[in-house]
Amino acid sequence: MKVIKIDKNDWAGGIGKIQSSYRLYGPVKGDAFHDFKALEKGELPDLNFFNTRVSPKSVVYPQSEVMFEYSLDEKDAEHHILKDAAKDYSPKAVLGIRPCDAASFLLVKRNFDTPEYKDPYWIRSYEATTFVGYACNNPCSTCFCTTAGSGPFNEEGLDVLLVDEGDCYYAKVITSKGENLLNAAGWKTEADGGAPDKIAALGKEAGSKIGSSVATDQLKDKKTTELYEAPFWEDVSFACINCGTCTYLCPTCWCFDIQDENSGCSGVRMRNWDSCMFPLFTIHGTGHNPRGTKLQRVRQRFMHKLKYYVDKYDNGIQCVGCGRCIRSCPVNIDIRRVCDMMNSYDPKACACPAK
Amino acid sequence: MLGYIDKIREISKRLLDEGRVDMIIGFRKGTIPMMNEPCFVKNSGELSTLVWDSNCGINLANYLTDRKEKIGIVAKGCDSRNIVTHIIENKIKREKLVIIGIPCKGMIDKRKVAGMFENGIDDITEEDNILRVKSRGVETSLKKSDLLQENCELCIHRNPVIYDELAGPLVEEQKDVDRYADVRRIEAMTAPEKWEYFKDLISPCIRCYACRNACPLCYCPTCFVDESRPQWCGKGQDEIDTRTFHFLRAYHCAGRCTDCGACERACPVGIKVRQFTSKLNKDCLDMFGWEAGLSPDQRPPLDTYKPADPGDFIK
Repeated sequence: MKVIKIDKNDWAGGIGKIQSSYRLYGPVKGDAFHDFKALEKGELPDLNFFNTRVSPKSVVYPQSEVMFEYSLDEKDAEHHILKDAAKDYSPKAVLGIRPCDAASFLLVKRNFDTPEYKDPYWIRSYEATTFVGYACNNPCSTCFCTTAGSGPFNEEGLDVLLVDEGDCYYAKVITSKGENLLNAAGWKTEADGGAPDKIAALGKEAGSKIGSSVATDQLKDKKTTELYEAPFWEDVSFACINCGTCTYLCPTCWCFDIQDENSGCSGVRMRNWDSCMFPLFTIHGTGHNPRGTKLQRVRQRFMHKLKYYVDKYDNGIQCVGCGRCIRSCPVNIDIRRVCDMMNSYDPKACACPAK
Repeated sequence: MLGYIDKIREISKRLLDEGRVDMIIGFRKGTIPMMNEPCFVKNSGELSTLVWDSNCGINLANYLTDRKEKIGIVAKGCDSRNIVTHIIENKIKREKLVIIGIPCKGMIDKRKVAGMFENGIDDITEEDNILRVKSRGVETSLKKSDLLQENCELCIHRNPVIYDELAGPLVEEQKDVDRYADVRRIEAMTAPEKWEYFKDLISPCIRCYACRNACPLCYCPTCFVDESRPQWCGKGQDEIDTRTFHFLRAYHCAGRCTDCGACERACPVGIKVRQFTSKLNKDCLDMFGWEAGLSPDQRPPLDTYKPADPGDFIK
């Protein structure tokens, strides 16, 4: 596989060259933390970061997205007819996405791009995007990617993987989409033959720094009903305040809600991220809420990620181990702990008194 | 403050063993530095899981709302004031509670500390006023009193205002604290400046409602932002909708907020949510001489009328 060597002195120049052909996104530091933002002309991604506070899922799947527009003015010949909202699906590129976050797009794709159902907005936006990854030489203490189907040098979901090597970046070409971007930037110098070994060694070292893990091997064999009725949910859910932090920061949470918003005689039909933590997520028109309690909502989040998804797709858990929910949960609900409880749950061994 | 835990466990054991409470609500050790998790203990054999240190900033009164059990609850000054507010607002019955008071010396601002260590924090230990922070093998000692949450720095009610048991001797209250310097700074702005200031303040908001949900005051069965008939507030990222949420939420807390800081602590994107509620707290103090949650026998100024209430705003 081809490896390009990018001298750091050529970094800004290359980005300048692709700015006219790609809409660029990258980590940008605000007052206290990094987030993925659209880069202004001449603005560089700030790669001096562990990971962003909010995941980059919004680059493909914005928190609020207008799908249709309509007129309510009956004098208008086409009133009350939904019309596709104008969209920009020209090429864009995410620079500096972490491998865990890149892997999350493949996982979300299983939901938005199925043989039966195609989400046109997500798919077109995803296809327009080139993912330039940035390998994690120094993972955080809350990263558990290596046991969640990813890793600090994982290439899945990426078009290029950048590896920091002091004065230069090694750019490992993974797809032709990635190669096109490198060419457009004028980064063409092939690295010497030792580069792949060097990358492999750095990757191995980074992997060994991941000190946190989850066990997921038993999840598939557990009985859904037994996990569902496990007594530990009361303990797990007690602290939860049912905010949307975990789901909104998560790169793999995909749920949305559709709303019509009118202003005067015109309106839009939009979709907004939604969260299974909110009571509103499941409330029926009748007022009945099938997930009316906090315990039910917390259980749903973990059962979806760690059991229903596992059973449905047979491709691991719906989590890439980025650790955002652990770092930002206001009350310290830790998915690693819950995953281990589920994975090791044995209803027969449970000494807890039946309810 | 670290010495409290033995006393908390001892009191809790007695309360559970004597059947005076069905559960104790407190904190257990968190899985990451500077975080503890609110928890309950029903069996006195499991009390060793309870902890107390300067990372217990979440307001536990939030976990009492509408509960029917007999509960022993660990309460700092601010938690106790929210318990009082809960009692006044009929969200819990006083006789259902045994309050284990914590004379508090303030909680650590985890973001302030995290912001000082570029390489992340592996571990923190606490000893009186000293924090020892380990980051990539390097240990640094910091003074805890320099790293308190802002509301704790400004706190003048560190001791619980209502309690049945105490985890330690009462502490000296802070005096001559200028609680509202920030509010005065914003009050001095022109209207357009204020508009811009608040716009910037809430621009990172992702509408996760962690501020609302961490707040013991926000217990409405359906919050106004979740109403759909009529829908008062849009659900997208429109900045006017976001602003509507923050402004209205703050007004709903007027005369009730104890400045416990749970909202700010919970916010995943670090918005200084207290900038809204502090102004209303200051107004209540200036106009009615009122601080929320100090006594279960006093009605809050906004649900009573007195002929001497200030009325200058009526033109």
